[in-house]
Amino acid sequence: MNRVPVEKKVLSENDRIAAELRTKFREHGILCLNFISSPGAGKTSLLERTLEGLPREARVAVLTGDIQTDNDAQRVARFGFPVRQITTGGTCHLDARMIERALAEWRLEDLDLLLIENVGNLVCPASYDLGEAAKIVVLSVAEGEDKPLKYPAIFFKSELLVLNKLDLLPFVPFDIAAARENARRVHPGMEILEVSCTSREGLCAWQKWMEKRRAAFREEIAAPAG
Amino acid sequence: MHELSIANSILEAVQAEAARRGGVCVRSVGVRVGEWSGVVPEALEFGFEALVKDTAWKSLKLQIERCPRRQRCTACGHEFAVDGYEWNCPACNSSQTVPISGDELEIAYLEVEGP
Repeated sequence: MNRVPVEKKVLSENDRIAAELRTKFREHGILCLNFISSPGAGKTSLLERTLEGLPREARVAVLTGDIQTDNDAQRVARFGFPVRQITTGGTCHLDARMIERALAEWRLEDLDLLLIENVGNLVCPASYDLGEAAKIVVLSVAEGEDKPLKYPAIFFKSELLVLNKLDLLPFVPFDIAAARENARRVHPGMEILEVSCTSREGLCAWQKWMEKRRAAFREEIAAPAG
Repeated sequence: MHELSIANSILEAVQAEAARRGGVCVRSVGVRVGEWSGVVPEALEFGFEALVKDTAWKSLKLQIERCPRRQRCTACGHEFAVDGYEWNCPACNSSQTVPISGDELEIAYLEVEGP
């Protein structure tokens, strides 16, 4: 029996499509953000608050992923920006091909911000590059503060942690200092914001983060390669 | 539980490689799975067995090599395994360390018989 080396990434096909998408996004100046959390942490609410704060002429589009239903797309569509639901029919994550297909009918020239809401899951979406500029992980205070230690991959790969549902803090035994410390144990220097999409506390800081991130992206793509 | 779709990607890669090599019989496929790849080795084994069962590939064995999270110190060059989220360099205590492994999800090799 012969052992022959292969040295190929298992998800090389996904990574190839993701790299193509990333190139396209940069060419068109589109900042793409991939929102990941467990089900019910508030990804859709955060998108709603985000869209609500944008001017009508903002060149933004949203893709929302779910196993079934287009409930999230309906919620997000109220703000008048283009929205498309990706129904995965059982698959626990979005992959780059789903994004490529969903984008086919949109003119990328008309966009400069693309928000992707992944399927609610802290495990599988971590493995699939969607061509995004950054992953954002959302954790609600109704969950455990040890989530970063239990699901290190997604916290390590995400640029920003949004701690949501601050309004529930008086009613749940969530240690926010410990959550922050755990996130930074897994990902030293990780950026962290605390918000409530219900009481709107902290949303100004979130808006500012977005503005700063969009400016940084514009600078990055304007700079000559290398 | 995306291990079944990962298993399917592995099988497709093996099939493509077997076709490219023409007429070889692939006995096993070696896969590296990083500790932080988001893939559970046991679930991957289970998914792979379920996938090849009752197919022409039923004798194909999956061999998983687990890869721990490792960092390299940019100050002194020391390489070390990360134990309990301790990122600082154990040699010089610098906090400037970068990941060198632990994210792997790669097909390393095939064991083949035939021409």
